[in-house]
Amino acid sequence: MSLPTPEELSTWIAAAITCNELRVAGDGRHFEALIVSEAFTGLSKVRRHQLVYQALGNRMVADIHALSMRTLTPEEYTSQE
Amino acid sequence: MDIKETIREQIDSNEVVLYMKGTPKFPQCGFSSLVVDILKRCEVKDFCAINVLEDPDIRQGIKEYTNWPTVPQLYVRGEFVGGSDILREMYNSGELQTVLAAPAPTAE
Repeated sequence: MSLPTPEELSTWIAAAITCNELRVAGDGRHFEALIVSEAFTGLSKVRRHQLVYQALGNRMVADIHALSMRTLTPEEYTSQE
Repeated sequence: MDIKETIREQIDSNEVVLYMKGTPKFPQCGFSSLVVDILKRCEVKDFCAINVLEDPDIRQGIKEYTNWPTVPQLYVRGEFVGGSDILREMYNSGELQTVLAAPAPTAE
């Protein structure tokens, strides 16, 4: 099986979480993602990451070695960037 | 004892538990190495490090235990605190130091 691409990761995440901003970069094993979504409002960082892991399901275990994430609400994103 | 009970016992009987790849002296993954470094900077002298590479059951079990598919994972006083991204953010904001420095609950 071929390694996943950043575009595929984006598609999988976007299918489960409505994102205002979604950027994924990576080499097939290690990925970095910026995910901005209303869905994160009121959630701890652990819960936010769990939502993303849930969206990726078994692919996270089988194909993706590491996913470094920044998970922000739109408000947090606006005040950070 | 099943693997979940083994993990629960490890987490309950140690104040700070780190599931990692390799050992604190010889981490075998950059993310595990980063977390060991963060704990040192937080002046955590004594923590229980569990090398998941030595035990495939723990390696699989810890992913299911917290519904968290990656290692490293840090537990403080029985609670899952985070993986390397979260720990780095919490260290930078000072939040992690607060979590680690909170007094241990008194034994009843």
